Amino acid sequence: MNDSAIIRPPAGFIAERRAFLSGVGKATLSASAVALIVGCESLAQGASNSASDAAILNAALGLEHEGITAYQLGAESGLLQKPVLDVAVMFKNHHEEHREILIGAIRKLGGTPVAPKSKDEYARALNAASLKSQTDVLRLAARLERAAANAYIGVMPSFGDRALAQVAARLVADETMHWTVLAQTLGDKLPVKALAFGA
Amino acid sequence: MPRFAIMLFAIALMAPQPGAAAGDPERGEDLYERRCFACHSLDANRVGPAHRGVFGRKAGAVPGYNYSPALKRSEIVWDEATLDKWLTNPQALIPGQRMGFRLGDAVERADIIAFLKRESAAGSSAQSLSSGRPRER
Repeated sequence: MNDSAIIRPPAGFIAERRAFLSGVGKATLSASAVALIVGCESLAQGASNSASDAAILNAALGLEHEGITAYQLGAESGLLQKPVLDVAVMFKNHHEEHREILIGAIRKLGGTPVAPKSKDEYARALNAASLKSQTDVLRLAARLERAAANAYIGVMPSFGDRALAQVAARLVADETMHWTVLAQTLGDKLPVKALAFGA
Repeated sequence: MPRFAIMLFAIALMAPQPGAAAGDPERGEDLYERRCFACHSLDANRVGPAHRGVFGRKAGAVPGYNYSPALKRSEIVWDEATLDKWLTNPQALIPGQRMGFRLGDAVERADIIAFLKRESAAGSSAQSLSSGRPRER
């Protein structure tokens, strides 16, 4: 695994990691940022599809909650070495931004955002006790990222509001970027054929 | 030549359609890993409920999972036909349920269903993250 050649966090990011590990400095987006990304005008409450769309977004939020905790468990495990650790923290921050976008959209649709489960519950569900090496952590992260991209692709046809499909597409792009970095770090082969996701 | 072409066309029409083909559980396991694992595992309730034993089970019956009222009210029992409809469009099968994921490819649905059937037959085992995934089911 040639991580130093592939994983390299941007300059200035490393200083933020300590705040993350101490549990402060959580990523949050302003209401205006959420509106800009989600497209506030398109999310009119009272539309017939609002409840269904909010339910789909809540499932996505549950997925992001789990992803955030998975990266947190990995970062706190002591198994990740620099520069992999710093990039894992950066990816966790991305998922926190996703979380804020989804919470904003769910509220705009009149829904109630689902709360995260406890860290212990996620650890049991993800069998975190079985993670014994950096490779194990990255392998789990890669599985979650690839499946998350596929999940977002799979829900796109169900949105009543087409603007939400565009939001999902932007989330897919992030998950795919994460998967690509993780797969390369693990030394996995890139897909030979096109359209590797959503199938 | 035209007669030959007509014969080929007739043979093609008589061939089994993809949706009717028996699923391949090996392919289904790989698909489950790639398509379902974001929300599901065989033995753990995550975003969606645990899947081991889903085949032959009444909908909304996994202990400890918070189902939608619509799914809990349904009288559906999961088999090839109901799982195929569910994965095609869950909202059409049970309006008001919470899963938005759709699987449009009939062969992929058959493969995943074959995998779930195989794992259901295998019975319960120790909690694991072993592949598998879609959502509320």
